[in-house]
Amino acid sequence: MSIRCRVNGEPVELEVPGMRRLLDALREDLRLTGTKEGCGEGECGACSVLLDGLVVDACLVPMCQVEGADIRTVEGLAETDGRLSALQRSFLERGGAQCGICTPGMLMAAQAYLEAGGGPEDEAIREAIAGNLCRCTGYTRIIESIAAVADAPG
Amino acid sequence: MRTLTPPDRAAATAPVADPPLTVPEPVIIPPDGATPGAARPLPLRREGPEKLTGTAVYVDDMVVPGAWYGATIRSTDAHARFLGLELDDAFDWSQVVVVTAVDIPGENTIASIKRDQPVLVAEEIRHHAEAVALLAAPDRRILRAAKRAVRVRTEPLPAVFDPLGSDHEFARYEVARGDVDAAMAAADLVIEGTYRVGHQEQLYIENQGMIAVPRDDGGVTVYGSLQCPYYVQPALRRALALSESQAVVIQTETGGGFGGKEEYPSIVAVHAALLARAAGHPVRMIYDRHEDIASTTKRHPAIVRYRTGVRRDGTLVAQDVDIVMDGGAYCTLTPVVLSRGVLHAGGPYECPNVRIRGRAMATNTPPNGAFRGFGAPQTEFAAEMQANRVADALGVSPLELRRRWVYQPGGITPTGQVLRDSVAGLEVLDRAAEAAELERVRERTAAQRTAARGTRPATAHGIGLALAWHGAGFTGSGEVHLASVVQVDLETGGRPIIRIASTEMGQGTKTIFPQLVAAELGLSEDEVDLAPVDTSQVPDSGPTVASRTAMVVGGLVVQAARRLRDQVETATGRPFAASAADFVRDHGPLRVEQRFEPYPGEPFDDATYTGDAYPAFGWAAAVAEVDVDLDTGEVAVRSVVAADDVGRVIHPLLAAGQVEGGTLQAVGYATIEEIKLQDGRYLNDRLATYLIPTALDAPRIEAILVEAPFEGVPHGAKGVGELPMDVGAPAVVAAIHDATGVWIHDLPATPERILAALVGADQAADGAPA
Ligand code: FES
Ligand code: FES
Repeated sequence: MSIRCRVNGEPVELEVPGMRRLLDALREDLRLTGTKEGCGEGECGACSVLLDGLVVDACLVPMCQVEGADIRTVEGLAETDGRLSALQRSFLERGGAQCGICTPGMLMAAQAYLEAGGGPEDEAIREAIAGNLCRCTGYTRIIESIAAVADAPG
Repeated sequence: MRTLTPPDRAAATAPVADPPLTVPEPVIIPPDGATPGAARPLPLRREGPEKLTGTAVYVDDMVVPGAWYGATIRSTDAHARFLGLELDDAFDWSQVVVVTAVDIPGENTIASIKRDQPVLVAEEIRHHAEAVALLAAPDRRILRAAKRAVRVRTEPLPAVFDPLGSDHEFARYEVARGDVDAAMAAADLVIEGTYRVGHQEQLYIENQGMIAVPRDDGGVTVYGSLQCPYYVQPALRRALALSESQAVVIQTETGGGFGGKEEYPSIVAVHAALLARAAGHPVRMIYDRHEDIASTTKRHPAIVRYRTGVRRDGTLVAQDVDIVMDGGAYCTLTPVVLSRGVLHAGGPYECPNVRIRGRAMATNTPPNGAFRGFGAPQTEFAAEMQANRVADALGVSPLELRRRWVYQPGGITPTGQVLRDSVAGLEVLDRAAEAAELERVRERTAAQRTAARGTRPATAHGIGLALAWHGAGFTGSGEVHLASVVQVDLETGGRPIIRIASTEMGQGTKTIFPQLVAAELGLSEDEVDLAPVDTSQVPDSGPTVASRTAMVVGGLVVQAARRLRDQVETATGRPFAASAADFVRDHGPLRVEQRFEPYPGEPFDDATYTGDAYPAFGWAAAVAEVDVDLDTGEVAVRSVVAADDVGRVIHPLLAAGQVEGGTLQAVGYATIEEIKLQDGRYLNDRLATYLIPTALDAPRIEAILVEAPFEGVPHGAKGVGELPMDVGAPAVVAAIHDATGVWIHDLPATPERILAALVGADQAADGAPA
């Protein structure tokens, strides 16, 4: 079927089976390989993207459900001139990314949290990223990275 | 049923050029640089911008035109005779290649310590999920259908699942010092315990994966997620009968390893390469999570029986330890894991009479292998349980007992190694205890317990301590045999480039090496290049394991950089930074190669297990605080303070990240990570059923870095990666005891085990005279 949606602000039209996973459409049809697959069954959050502003696991979303939707992925996070966003910089400076495989999903979950007005409180941030597994960091510096941005003026 | 015909050789060897790898162009503007002249800031993670923008290329992100998809047909028996494959006649096989043991051009073994593990089963299946055949097809739909059209015919054989019931031994070691039997007999108090620890899955978030691309010269180039390119390369050469130049291994960005990508990638790579050879196309062999958990190596389960003899005043007089590890079906790295387990089993405590015996047994379960800590977390869990139980029995604080027992400079280990320098057990202990306010909190939890006597509170709070040592680098003569080589070259234009096979998997390799070299040469980090990890471009600097990278490879790189600087400065009479370009213009490019030279000390004798087991030890202490729900047995680990001595710290942010991440893996090991087996098969082989800690489960972790430099290397660094793994679990279990009064002897300390122990304690209390 033909699906029309927006990906990182760009209009996109794709001819795909309705049950094709959004994750595969992003990675293989659109070559947006920043979104990762860690489990394929909604457990790890490595495939997290924003669907109309909400965090979803792209491995669980069939393409037939994204008609007309606004999708954002890690590739859309940087500033338009290519500079890292404040959130990305914070991860870079505070050690929020190690092996980096959870990072795109983690950033998207954090982005949604910040856009929803989330603050620097530890518990609230943990809640917001509870669906995103990281095996490298112990989460400490991820939480710090997000809190620093939530705390920053403006 | 159709018999298999060998694949068409002409087609298989048809030259296929390395396809261009299309990688999305990164648009990255690095963060603002430091003001020139300002104090040198720590370099940011070198590959960080790519990881943060989604442009870093992990193996499954590679676009390889014309690539086929590969799959593995696996056994569903734990032990069986393999009778053959049945291919459904109704299926159209014309678009599928099938590879079995007979199609292996070289030797049907995976290059490792022993030649016992086949690439593909030829006759005997020895574990569930063992690879018996390979399939490749041009698209996933055909591949899925083909997998369904294959049947594995077997005849079951009796299987062994209990290592104690196995008569096949992979390895056995013994360490002895003093007279254990006499000392034990004379001791005032002997504490005995048997401790069981189970499998643990590395659970790197990026699954195993390799892409094999046939080469014009009849060889193969393999791209993939791996820790040790020079383990994969000999495996390819042996199984595919290739020359050195025909087997090229290139690491892609690697999404975590933790030991899980030390040995298993050799299997994935050989499988992908066999399929690529048969298909005449590049082949992608990317595991999904289920296949990854079901078939790849885990931490060795172990049963540790321990007797500790002490005098009334707390003096440690004897340790008698018996270790049995479950190696799984094939040898893999088991002897080395066992060896490290044996050498660490005494814990970081000086004891005049020690006997440690260890054996590793074969079972019909998937082979176990490397995982952060490599045998030490299993035996040090037992050692720390014993220390805590002795303290409890003597009524002394676990901190005080350890302060008395811990190795001091000049201490002698069970192998007779004299710990001359870099001995920081006491310091990490005090730093962790102080930061966590251990004694104050202990008093508080004790007071709470007294106040609650007779009542039944819903939750109980506790605090626990553990201490460990971890030998830095390879065990015994390992580094001498490895004879690692690094190169630092000066290239056209005067830019230095580091050539090493050490892999980045998140721990910071790509950042610290340029940092070390830049410091030696008076350059900034971005003026130093790092060659890609590609066996055609870098020498064998050894595997990226055993916390050896920063210390051993780092030491060699620093030495090479110093020699490079000396040569340039001697020739030009000017500082390196100002004259390197002129040097190359006048003299041409320069290569400095540095080869490992043994560190000072007593050589290790593999026959008697005496001498210097490690060039140095790192030291770690952890203090954990937990809340235990007394109705459900659930444990919430609230905080962990971890103090780790890593020698001279190269990059505090990255080092602390290692301590924090390792600590959480240890907390998972202590509380929730458990593989359940049935008839040799892992039952919980999905991420929905094998649980690791989420951000909500994770404690607040405070990492304290302690520096006791190692004099054997110019930069003083020791390892960091594995230390935190050794202390987390016993600290958590000690905290559970502080909260509840019960000892949990088996890991993980699940709610069921805690409840069972609480019920047992209640019954004992009821039965006891008032
Ligand atoms: S890949 Fe989607 S949640 Fe793991
Ligand atoms: S950084 Fe490796 S999984 Fe999070």
